[in-house]
Amino acid sequence: MSETVQRAPGMTGGKPAGPAGRNGGLGGLGRAGRLLMRQREATVFLVVVLLVIYFGVINSTGRSTFFTRLDLVDLSQVAAPIMIIAYGEVLLLICGEIDLSVGFIYAFAPYVMHFFVAYDGLPGILAIIFAILLVGGGVGWINGFLTVTLRLPSFITTLGTGFILGGMILTMGHGEQANLDAQVQGIGKYLGTLGFAEVIWAVGLLVVFHLLLRNTRWGLHTIAVGGNITGAREAGINVARVKYGNFMITGVLGAFVGIQIAFQTQTIDPFSAGAAYQPMFYSVAAAVIGGTAMLGGSGTMIGAFLGAAVLAVLTNGFNVIGVSAYPLQIFFGGAILIAMIANVQFARLRGEGRAR
Amino acid sequence: MSEEAADSQASPGSASQDAVAADQAAASARPGDVLRVEHIAKRYGAVTALTDINLHLGRGEVLGLLGDNGAGKSTLMKILCGFQPADAGRIVLDGQEVTFRSVDHARSLGIDTVYQDLALVNQLSVYHNLFLNREVTRWPLLANGKMRKLARKYLDEMGINIPSVDADVAALSGGQRQAIAVARAVHSNAKILLLDEPLAAMGAKEAAIILDLVRDLKNKGQVSVIIIAHNYGQALEICDRVNLLQHGQITFDKRSSDTSVEELNEIVIAEYRRAAQERQRTA
Repeated sequence: MSETVQRAPGMTGGKPAGPAGRNGGLGGLGRAGRLLMRQREATVFLVVVLLVIYFGVINSTGRSTFFTRLDLVDLSQVAAPIMIIAYGEVLLLICGEIDLSVGFIYAFAPYVMHFFVAYDGLPGILAIIFAILLVGGGVGWINGFLTVTLRLPSFITTLGTGFILGGMILTMGHGEQANLDAQVQGIGKYLGTLGFAEVIWAVGLLVVFHLLLRNTRWGLHTIAVGGNITGAREAGINVARVKYGNFMITGVLGAFVGIQIAFQTQTIDPFSAGAAYQPMFYSVAAAVIGGTAMLGGSGTMIGAFLGAAVLAVLTNGFNVIGVSAYPLQIFFGGAILIAMIANVQFARLRGEGRAR
Repeated sequence: MSEEAADSQASPGSASQDAVAADQAAASARPGDVLRVEHIAKRYGAVTALTDINLHLGRGEVLGLLGDNGAGKSTLMKILCGFQPADAGRIVLDGQEVTFRSVDHARSLGIDTVYQDLALVNQLSVYHNLFLNREVTRWPLLANGKMRKLARKYLDEMGINIPSVDADVAALSGGQRQAIAVARAVHSNAKILLLDEPLAAMGAKEAAIILDLVRDLKNKGQVSVIIIAHNYGQALEICDRVNLLQHGQITFDKRSSDTSVEELNEIVIAEYRRAAQERQRTA
């Protein structure tokens, strides 16, 4: 066998007849790839640090308010929802799908919680759990059914379910704000009322979802489904189950965040249709900035966490230095495009762009 | 066996040579065969893909399935791997008649197919690919260390040279990828491996990895292999026996040592000549 030992062809993308690479070989390429992967997250981390320095130190006339407690609370409250929803979107993007309806799930769940308490007399904790599981899991399941079983592209599926939910919120809530019931306030403290509650959840869930993606069968199968759906089926992976599951996980995260926001703002607000897209777009942007591939197969939770931090620091930074928020989205757009260009070039470099 | 012979004589084979070969296939079948295929037929609408297939596979044997495009190789493969049912005939596995309900069912009975380059996930490491959907876990987490060690052991045992089991398979050569796919099938307790064009689009060095691997499997004698191949030279190199598929029938069944690339070429060229004459006659 030793005479047939093949070094990996360098950057030729593994073409069989290509000139055998004399540079580095297999291990080297793998190591370089992983280093780049780490570097990519490191790059995003660097961006976060630079932005914090810019807004917190350099661009402060006299005393910056960036590092005062209130602003850190603000920052964390902007960042946490994006982070938590982004964990779900990362899973979905990796397995080749997307959820555009998650913003409406987010807006819908607190209403359902309110109805459970006000009309069904459920105890607070049950109302919260049921609302999260029923709305998040239910809508996620419907998204899965339409996408996987009826074979619609998830972009269309979730656009449709999102609109329907948006309409349902306005109809059921009569377009009015609802009050948080006293029965749920006690638990609500730990979900979103306390200043740093949300970001603590975001960090805790980061650990959970990082392990889920990197160190469980579920994560491995999610990557396999997105990386090579035929191969995943060949290996006997239940592709439908993975996709259904990830839609449901994303839905549950969306519902959870929606309820957190209700406690944070101490009101249940029927988002206008436009506003409900914002959390979703931000979380997808965070995932993409963090290096998740829109074509599936790769992405990381830490990247999404850092991507959300970039967006949050940008948002808050503009507030702190008192600059108009109008050009904010120009920076958002730029950040997304730069991240996307980096992703595509990175993928090309790794030779993943070749036929699967 | 006698009724099979009678059946195959009644088969609608055009040339008498076909019927004779089918008889030979039936006659050379032994009771110890791990797989026997008897009178398999398959039609797609008006097109007859397989008219009457008879073949057998001995334990630890490597059988080459050769034939032109359109001869029915892939149809036969799809039936053997459980992807689609045959219209007629039977499949006998380890002396028991079986009906495959699905690819998964066939796999659970020990028939595993290795497709050219299709089964691996580029984004995953070698060891994750090897254990895909059969992961070793320490619930709820993956036992990555254990899988890594086992992967190293399996690959070493099979003589597959991969520098690092941590490498993404995207970084590997075609031959190495194919070798991993074969290793995966072998370690999922496959009794019969169907290799679909394992050497297609592979250079000599690449092909050598696979040829070595199959030779190794043969020497260990635990797995029986059916290889679909275009290249007669390569097929004769590793197969114990070759069958030639023409017009949905097996028309040739000889041990590799009793035949040659020239003989196989001649048969196929004769077929072309016959086809050309027929066209002229009908024109």
